[in-house]
Amino acid sequence: MSARRESGGAASPDAPAVPLGGSGRRRAAIGTAWIAFAAALIVFPVVFSNPTVTTIGVFTLVYMTSATAWNGFAGFSGYVPLGHAVFFGVGGYTLALVALHLKMAGGYAMFALVPLGGVAAAVIAVPFGLIALRTRRHTFVVITIAVFFIVQLLAFNLGFTQGSSGVQIPTPLWTAATFNDRFYYAALIVLALAVLVVWGIRRSRFGLQLLAIRDDEDRARGLGVKVQRVKLVGFVLSGVTVGMAGGIYAFFVGQVYPQFAFDPLFDVTVALMAFFGGLGTISGPLLGALLLEPIQQYLTLQYSVGSLYLIIYGALFLVVILAMPRGVIPTAGEYLQMRRARRVERADGRSPAATPSVEVAPLGRASR
Amino acid sequence: MGSSIVQAIIDGVLTGGVYALMAAGLTLIFGVMDIINVAQGIFVILGAYLSYSLSVHAGIDPFLGLLITIPALFVVGIGVEWGFMRRLKEGDRTAMSILVTYAVSIVIEGVLNISFTVNYVQIHAWYVNRSVHLLGFYLPYIYVFGFVMAAVLLIALYALLYRTRFGASVRASLQDRTAARLVGIDVRRVSTISFGIGVAVTAAGGMVFGATNAFNASTSYDLISRLLAIVILGGLGSMGGALVAAVFMLVLEDVVAVAWSPIWATAVFFAALVVVLSIRPAGLFGRQVARAQ
Repeated sequence: MSARRESGGAASPDAPAVPLGGSGRRRAAIGTAWIAFAAALIVFPVVFSNPTVTTIGVFTLVYMTSATAWNGFAGFSGYVPLGHAVFFGVGGYTLALVALHLKMAGGYAMFALVPLGGVAAAVIAVPFGLIALRTRRHTFVVITIAVFFIVQLLAFNLGFTQGSSGVQIPTPLWTAATFNDRFYYAALIVLALAVLVVWGIRRSRFGLQLLAIRDDEDRARGLGVKVQRVKLVGFVLSGVTVGMAGGIYAFFVGQVYPQFAFDPLFDVTVALMAFFGGLGTISGPLLGALLLEPIQQYLTLQYSVGSLYLIIYGALFLVVILAMPRGVIPTAGEYLQMRRARRVERADGRSPAATPSVEVAPLGRASR
Repeated sequence: MGSSIVQAIIDGVLTGGVYALMAAGLTLIFGVMDIINVAQGIFVILGAYLSYSLSVHAGIDPFLGLLITIPALFVVGIGVEWGFMRRLKEGDRTAMSILVTYAVSIVIEGVLNISFTVNYVQIHAWYVNRSVHLLGFYLPYIYVFGFVMAAVLLIALYALLYRTRFGASVRASLQDRTAARLVGIDVRRVSTISFGIGVAVTAAGGMVFGATNAFNASTSYDLISRLLAIVILGGLGSMGGALVAAVFMLVLEDVVAVAWSPIWATAVFFAALVVVLSIRPAGLFGRQVARAQ
């Protein structure tokens, strides 16, 4: 089974057919695109300072982080967890409860609690992973759902979480005009961290081990990969990142409730975003969240009373899945590759190097 | 205390029968098509709403209305299979099926929210709030009727699967799609009809659910997580397993609710699943898969 290819630097080594200059140019183009993308994210709140827009911006960044982290485990290992809201909620509750017990006033110090949310998520993720990762495929999916519901029920019913009334988080006394910006940049830092982690995983030996597990877990074990440990580390890393995103989200929203901190929709939404953009790619989940979250926010605002947004959202999703089953990024990548192959073919029609197109073409339909 | 626990066991068995019916549909779909139908929960609610409308607007008794709602949901199931499920490619099928059926379910949820608002409703009939007194225990009529109906339908499903030619081809596809195709079974047709049947049984389950619980469209999340837990506990693709697991889980939940506290009953429901699966990853009656790839 061919490893699913990824748009990015990693693609070039196994594409010898593309002339060397082209490959370098392509790498430079991709690098430029990433820098431009980062720059756009940084200047965004300066250009669009409308609080409604920056609010959507913060939510979008939180979901970009979560989808990236989810994909960092699911996309590389092939396991599909639908219980990451556990980490999201634990991150949020940690921030809220610590702030409550230390009687903190809202302010920059609160952001220091965000990593603590990540630590708490790790504490939960270890036993969660130890139990769930003993199973595979469908059973794994359902176990993660079951653990999610158990944790949600705990949040509803344990004493220290204050039940369904939730926990209030002190609101910082920042000026309204730039209130959102601080959350925006905090979320952006966590996002950068998440992307770096996933990028690091993708390029490391550890990432290769995860990919080997995705392709054939038993064979990977046979080849000496410590599968349980690798899966657990991947799972916990992913949980920690989502926990930090949850901390920022809770601080921004200003309160945590069991039904919002532990939201079954979150479980599915991050998976949808990763699938939408392209599972197992780095840019895919970013793009998925960047497109879907604002649409969802917009539709919710637009049709706040009705449930029309559910219908539009679902229908849109159906269309995309059926038209591009492997996600936007891989499909677009294939399309570009095919065009380049055709161009190379045309340009080299008279030169002896006409063969490359034959080698490039199969990559274009490398679907499984 | 002792008698209230027996009462809880009776209630659990009676409601468990109805859950068994709904779970049987889910496990049938999985077994034949390797698809997890996350929309099963919303189909149950759709069935409940259909029965509700028929009884409120046309005055049709919910049980009699099943003659309309079961075929209606069969057609819905066929439509969904034809429109979406058969367009999924082999390979990533299972993962994609979760997403596609989830998308279908939020579309239906939106339609239901608009048609029926988000206010909770409940199906009413003369037997909904009355019970029969038997040997010192109260048996609500609706539980008894629901259980009998579920038993009849499960027996019918069993007869269909084990006594007919069509059933033989379904079971063949359940064991091995490729081999079934090789011996000349039209696996696509079998898949479509199985999906239709798997969805159709939710009409009956939904009617009883709607008569025993107040519901709205978002109740489906709770339902699907329970149904999935039951099906996985029983072993995916195993009908008998779904039956045993449904009764076991519902009895456990009802007993915990009485003996300890209703608050923790649902948590125990899911905790039981986690415990069983840690010991037997394939579920109670699931086939052990040597290489799950």
